[in-house]
This record gives sequence, C-alpha cells and structure tokens, in this order.
Amino acid sequence: MTVCHRDFASALLDSRKPVPAGLTFRSEKANKRFAVYRNNVAVSLTDALQSLFPVVRKLVGDEFFKAMAGVYLRRHPPASPLLAEFGIHMPAFLGGFEPVARLPYLPDVAKLEILIRESFHSKDSVPISNAYLASLEPAELLRARLGIAPSARLLRSRYPAFGIWHANAAGGSQPKNRPENVLVARREFDPKPWHLPGGAYEFIDSLAKGSCISEAADQAAAMQSEFRLDQALAILLKSGAAIEIKSQFD
Amino acid sequence: MFDELQEPGCVLPKSPGVGFKHVHFNEILNDCGRVAWLEIHAENYMSEGGRNIAQLKKLRQHFPISCHGVGLSIGGTNPLDKTHLRRLKTLVDWLVPASFSEHLAWSSHDGQYYNDLLPVPYTRAALDRVCDHIDEVQEFLGRSLLLENPSTYLVFEESEMSEIEFISQISKRTGCGLLLDVNNVFVSATNHETDPYSYINEFPLALVGEIHLGGHAEDTDDEGATLLIDNHGAEIVEPVWALFEHTIKLSGALPTLIEWDNDVPEWKTLAAEAQRAHTAMEKFAAFA
Repeated sequence: MTVCHRDFASALLDSRKPVPAGLTFRSEKANKRFAVYRNNVAVSLTDALQSLFPVVRKLVGDEFFKAMAGVYLRRHPPASPLLAEFGIHMPAFLGGFEPVARLPYLPDVAKLEILIRESFHSKDSVPISNAYLASLEPAELLRARLGIAPSARLLRSRYPAFGIWHANAAGGSQPKNRPENVLVARREFDPKPWHLPGGAYEFIDSLAKGSCISEAADQAAAMQSEFRLDQALAILLKSGAAIEIKSQFD
Repeated sequence: MFDELQEPGCVLPKSPGVGFKHVHFNEILNDCGRVAWLEIHAENYMSEGGRNIAQLKKLRQHFPISCHGVGLSIGGTNPLDKTHLRRLKTLVDWLVPASFSEHLAWSSHDGQYYNDLLPVPYTRAALDRVCDHIDEVQEFLGRSLLLENPSTYLVFEESEMSEIEFISQISKRTGCGLLLDVNNVFVSATNHETDPYSYINEFPLALVGEIHLGGHAEDTDDEGATLLIDNHGAEIVEPVWALFEHTIKLSGALPTLIEWDNDVPEWKTLAAEAQRAHTAMEKFAAFA
C-alpha cells in the first residue's frame, strides 16, 4: 500500500483523520507513533507564533493563545521554510476570530509585532548623525532630504497600538484611549516602536517618497495642524530611521 | 559529473563542533574550548540583514561553518521549491561554508511547509525521486552535499529495501556524502526494535563527512513499547555516547556536532559535551 504525501500531510494537521493506511509498527495501532509527527508540527509552529506575538499572547493569556495558535496554524500553515515569514495573516485572522471580537485593537497589536520582526530581519543601514544635521544652517536644513532606513516601518492605528504594546512589553503605564500612529526602527539590531505625535506619520511618509524637509513638513501640517517639526525630527534621529541626507545642491 | 563541482575552500576539522545559538555568541568568541567549528541552520540566515547575519559574518572569520538545511524537502513528491533553492544559493555563495548538509526527509507538500522532518518510504520510486532532487541541488549549488539519516517512528509497508541500502544507493548514484546522526540511529533502532550496533557496522562509514550527536525524549507507544523522540533538547545519553565510541573506533575521528536546539543550555554545558566528544576521539579514534 502506497502512502501518498497528500494523505500524510492532511492527517498531520487534522487529528480527526485516521493514521494513513500503510504505516505500521507490528500492529495496526500506530496512533501514538504517528502522533509524534502531528505533535512536532503543531508544537513547533505554536512555538514560532508564541515567540512572534509575545504581546498578543499576554493580552489573551497563555492557554487561550495556544488554543488559538492551533486554529491559526491549521487555517494558515506556513507557505515556505522561512519561518520568519510565518504568521503574516494573524492581523486579519484576529479581526475575524469571534472569540476575540471584544478586543478590537488586537489586529493592530499583531501588526505591530509583525513590523518589529520585519525590521529585525531587514537590510542594515547607518543612521545619520545628530552632529551632521545640527551643523546645517536652518535654510539648508529645510531644503535637505532625509532617507528613511529600509528597517523602518510605519503603522497607523485607530487604537492606542503603541500604548498597549508598551504597557505589556516594556511595563509602561496604562494606555490612553486614542488613535496612535507608530514608527518601528532600529539603530543597530534591536527594533523599537516609537509613538508618533500628530503629523509625524505624514511627515515621515512624505520624506520616504523623496520630499525635502520643508515640503514634508508643509504636507504634514496641512493634514495635522498640531504637527511640530522639531518633535518629528527628534524621533527620526533618536530612532535611527533617518539615513543618508541629500541637499538639493548635491 | 562531479569533476565539475567545486570543492569548498576548507573542510570541517575532525574535531567537535556545536550548533550555534545566538545566546552563546560572546562566549564562543571569548572561550570556545574544544569547539573547532560551528553549524548553522540555513533557514535562519536568509534575511537581508540584522543581527543574525552580522553574527554569522563575524563567526565565519574565526570558525569553519557547516551550513545545515532543514527546508529543502529532498524526500518530497513535489518538485523542489526553486525560490528556496535560490535563497540557499545566495547564502552558500557568500558564506562559502566548509560543508552543506540536508536531510533524508520531506517537509513541504502542495505549497505548505510542515516544519518537521517527515519520513520517506524505502522504495525504488522514492530512490529515483530523492536522487533526482539531490542531483538538482548539487548542480544548482555547484557543490556536493552530505545527506543525514533520519529518526523514524513508523515503518512503511511499501518499503522494498533497508535504510542503509537506500542511503548507500543514493550516495552511489549522486556522489553525495553522508552525515551520520548517531542519536538518530539509536532512536530509530529502539523504536523499531533493531540493533543500533549492526546498523553502524553495516553503514558505509567511508562516505561519512560528519557525525551528529544529540539528545532525545522518551515516551511509550500504543502498546507500551519504548518510543524515543528526537528532540535535540537534552544531554546526550550514555548509550548514544557508547554507540559514538563504537562508530569512531571503526571510522576514525570525524567532524562531530553536538546538536542542542531546544531548551538551549548554558554555554559551559554545551562546551562540556564538546570536550567529551574530543576526549572520546582521542581515546578511541587514535589508530583508525
């Protein structure tokens, strides 16, 4: 009897299915032996989700997360051997998973954790130095263009995604109930989320598309009247999200 | 055809190595003890940047690296994943590892990856398929690979030959070398109630380019028989050390990896296992 890989694979993820015929050990009762494979698959993929989503896990509790991971990994098994890409459907999954409907911010927290992992694995770059930016005359500064690091990521949330993440991952204070935009960036190897004040999201987005600082600031201020250029520049510099600088005289 | 394959610039020393874990980075660079080389899982180093890549770039300046793939699914019935093969080539091309190895197993089917080393029946059809896949990998990477014997828990009724015959045929047809996992030999032999010493005695040791030693967990099957589970999460047990000593008496010293991937211990625990492998090689492999 030939065991086809399709039957073997589908029985791995569905324990209601019988052990494929043709796999034996002395007797017909090979259940616990086949269960080694079932267990390896489920446990290793659950572990991968646990390490990717520590804050989501904390918010729903260990037992609940484990059970939910079991549902997730059967609905969205990894598509490639790169486990660094596993879990990308979690935000959408959480958005439609009825048992967590009471936690509407959960998809955004999951998205933030995915962006942190992406930043971790992305291409390295050298942040620009504060001293260089400080050396520019005000007029030069406004005309300057800042590159945005390949490891930088932006998130727009209707919920306090940063505050919830920060309270649970770093022991920060209770989040305020407000929409929050987030920048994820790293100076060397450890990505860190930053809460973006009004207009900073639009400012960074505009810089990333090639605008000079004054153009980007004008756009941000037009969309968010509370935009403050000094605040936004300070976050860009501290986070490591700003890379090379080009003036229009280059 | 293998005259065309490029041999790597260096080979693994016939000494102990360990599976590299990020938590041990500083200790390895400061005091590596008897550890003469390091093994990495290829799939953890396929990103564009970040700490993992930076650490590997540093380590490769100090140690020969063995690049161990876990995701090619060489035993699969689907064609090899070309995207994954290209990622692997990118890594191998810059890393220039002393050795590249993969498993006699499958892990992907119909576009889904199962993250486990699933078993292959020892049939003529499977042999053809595995050989085709190994030919393709070796040609694409421009180097030969070492193929690792699996830990198994079940027997396929359809199998037509022994595992050793199957593996020997693969090596003969593709020119690949072998990676002998002594713990896997012990686990499989216990699970199938066969003699691990006979397995070693019959194994084509001249083709072995690397040995793996690791820990396993113990359970029982439906009928109460011992069921060992390869988990790389514990110390190497005495019967596996004894089987290793028996192996190197026959083969001579070989590059020997201490594999500990789960519940990773402190560096000194891992270094002590490497020291023990070193001592065993000095004692038992001197005249081979």
